[in-house]
Amino acid sequence: MSQSFDDISAQLRRRHRQSSRLKWISMGALGLAGLFLVLFFADMLNKGLPAFQQTYVEVELTYNEDATRMGRAAMEPEDAKIVSRSFERLIPGMLRDDPDLLGTTETRWVLANGEVDQYLKGNRNKLSEAERQAVDEKVESGQVALKFNTTFFTEGDSKMSERAGIMAAAVGTVMTMLVTLAIAFPIGVMTAVYLEEFAPDNRLTQIIEININNLAAIPSILFGLLGLAIFINFFGVPRSSPLVGGMTLALMTLPVIIIATRTALRSVPDSIRHAAFGVGCSRWQVVRDHVLPLAMPGIMTGSIIGLAQAMGETAPLIIVGMVAFIPDVGASFTQAATVLPAQVFTWAGEPEQAFVEKTAGGILVLLAILIFLNATAVVLRKKFERRW
Amino acid sequence: MQTNQLLAMFSGVLLLLGLIAFFLGRAKAARVRATGTAMYAQPDQYAWFAVLATAGPAITVGAIGALLMLLLGADIPTLYLLAGSLVIAAIGLLVGMSQVKPDFHARQAIERVIRWVLVAAAMISIFTTFGILFSIVFEALRFFQMHSFWDFITGTVWNPGASFLAAAGRGDEAGSAAQFGSVPLFAGTFMITAIAMLVAIPVGLLSAIYMAEFAPRRVRTLAKPTLEVLAGIPTVVYGFFAAITVAPIIVDVAGFFGLDASFNNAVAPGLVMGIMIIPFISSLSDDVINAVPDSMRQGSLALGMTKGETIRDVVIPAALPGIISASLLAVSRALGETMIVVMAAGMRPNLTANPLEDMTTVTVRIVAALTGDLEFESAETLSAFALGLVLFTVTLSLNLVSVLMIRRFREKYRVNNL
Repeated sequence: MSQSFDDISAQLRRRHRQSSRLKWISMGALGLAGLFLVLFFADMLNKGLPAFQQTYVEVELTYNEDATRMGRAAMEPEDAKIVSRSFERLIPGMLRDDPDLLGTTETRWVLANGEVDQYLKGNRNKLSEAERQAVDEKVESGQVALKFNTTFFTEGDSKMSERAGIMAAAVGTVMTMLVTLAIAFPIGVMTAVYLEEFAPDNRLTQIIEININNLAAIPSILFGLLGLAIFINFFGVPRSSPLVGGMTLALMTLPVIIIATRTALRSVPDSIRHAAFGVGCSRWQVVRDHVLPLAMPGIMTGSIIGLAQAMGETAPLIIVGMVAFIPDVGASFTQAATVLPAQVFTWAGEPEQAFVEKTAGGILVLLAILIFLNATAVVLRKKFERRW
Repeated sequence: MQTNQLLAMFSGVLLLLGLIAFFLGRAKAARVRATGTAMYAQPDQYAWFAVLATAGPAITVGAIGALLMLLLGADIPTLYLLAGSLVIAAIGLLVGMSQVKPDFHARQAIERVIRWVLVAAAMISIFTTFGILFSIVFEALRFFQMHSFWDFITGTVWNPGASFLAAAGRGDEAGSAAQFGSVPLFAGTFMITAIAMLVAIPVGLLSAIYMAEFAPRRVRTLAKPTLEVLAGIPTVVYGFFAAITVAPIIVDVAGFFGLDASFNNAVAPGLVMGIMIIPFISSLSDDVINAVPDSMRQGSLALGMTKGETIRDVVIPAALPGIISASLLAVSRALGETMIVVMAAGMRPNLTANPLEDMTTVTVRIVAALTGDLEFESAETLSAFALGLVLFTVTLSLNLVSVLMIRRFREKYRVNNL
């Protein structure tokens, strides 16, 4: 059976249409993934940016005798309704520390309570109609205003939304990451050096290699079970402490650092090693004086990426108890602490509307740190990348 | 004296001994060399060997002693242990000094020590795996002594109920017996994983096809790192996104079609988990598609196939083992994902095929069992380890199959960079 040219060219057109359809569909898939990313960031910014502003009230404070016992007495009754309770509680302490204040008056800007704050931001709140009018009047006269929220960056967690901040969690993150790095970096680099430069190609080496790849794919929550059963229950490391959290995360970060270091070591050309051996260096001298310094930028990049990964991890830390209510900035590696993602998790569980923006604000800070870390890694790689 | 002070003193004395070893060793080696004798190593190397001989055995003995105390409960007073270690350090110092002689290969000795230290570091990753395995298996066995394995695997009711009372010795007060049937948990886990894969595999694979076969170089270099950003976002953030933003949207959409959806429905966490997993699939598939030899494309095009047909009938079938391997890795990740489901999925074990209902997963139950104020010995707490054991087994086998498939692909096309 013979086909006319028309049939064939129609068939050809159809086939080409199919081909270009695949192109557009696959392009659409990539676009969809990009769209998710844009929507996600837009949503987070939309929800989180209000957290960086907080409502403050200008109140007149009369430091009288009653205020030494009950802070409320220092304020006009209608002011006391819109000022944060956390500030009221500070007044007796202030008077105790500075007895000269007694009998004086001053006007200052203090934190408004969470409901007023939510009202000003146009969110759901529990203020009554009369209270709203009172607040409106004060906004008119400039006595109530939204200002940059320093409390968010200087305070620890609080049950009062207006006073909750990320400082305690940030310090906890730094301490946990110090422990993680102190354990994972040396062990990871040593393992990689052994596997790349020293190890004979035998069964043990193969087992170690397979094992490291597997470790990288084990769900993070299982590391939490290890931390709980072995570090806490067996070795008696204090629960909830940056020490146990850091140790758990170190085991998780180990494979990342090992794999990155091996890649970096492999990219150092053999001619360097041959030259060093040629002038009589021992194996360790070759590694220490020549290979490691040349591989260092790659190792640093990998470690920073591993660190960023560990910094965003929450699941194993929940298991070892690092999701705790921490109002004060911690100072010790063995005391209970929390970390940024865990703080985000705690806030996400709070029922109050005001904590939604705190959560999103915490997320923005966390994302900013992670983006900074990853950007540093990229810059490091670009700057020191060497083509042999 | 307190243990901390003792330890500080021990470290101080050891450091001092190390310094003495270094300087004495170097001085002695320099003296020997000054006489004009040829030596196998440099003075510094003899010095370092003396330091290693001093500190190494002492620290090893101290560590072994501490481990014995922990493991066997042997009651060695810390003071004696540390004092013993210091005596060994002093002996080590003498041995190290006596080895400073011309015919001793100090450099090779150091080399040997370093090699063993490196081996020890490499063993830590193995210990980690065994640590995970033992901690889970050991506690899981204790759980299976209380509740039968068969009921755990086949039971359809998960109701830890009053199991904490039994642990407190008040078992008879419990109203209803605790039931640990894990089927509803696994059903929930697989439902959410399936939804995630329905999102991630098509989008990830098609993105990879576009990047590898169609995209201009510019788009490619930009798109790849952008997609990686999705993988770098912490899971707790995705969880918040799923619970606060996506779940209400799902409820609204379902309401629009006249369906009743729970705010803890399985679709929201599944969808968001799928978004998170896109870069895993796209980046691995992209590598695999790029590794398919160009000669196959050229052959296909030379036979008159269109570009689309070449991709569909030649490139993708060739890359299939790699793509399947990527998908299996993604499944294993989705099964073990915790934060998204903890924050966005339900807490109620629910055996249902309707993704709009709330359901819970294995990881949610693990977290729930271990964050309460329960006694560690209670069956509910231990059930977390039994669930962890199953999770470990499943993810491990998925990873192994995935590794085997990618190895086959690599051997078939002789690619080495995968």
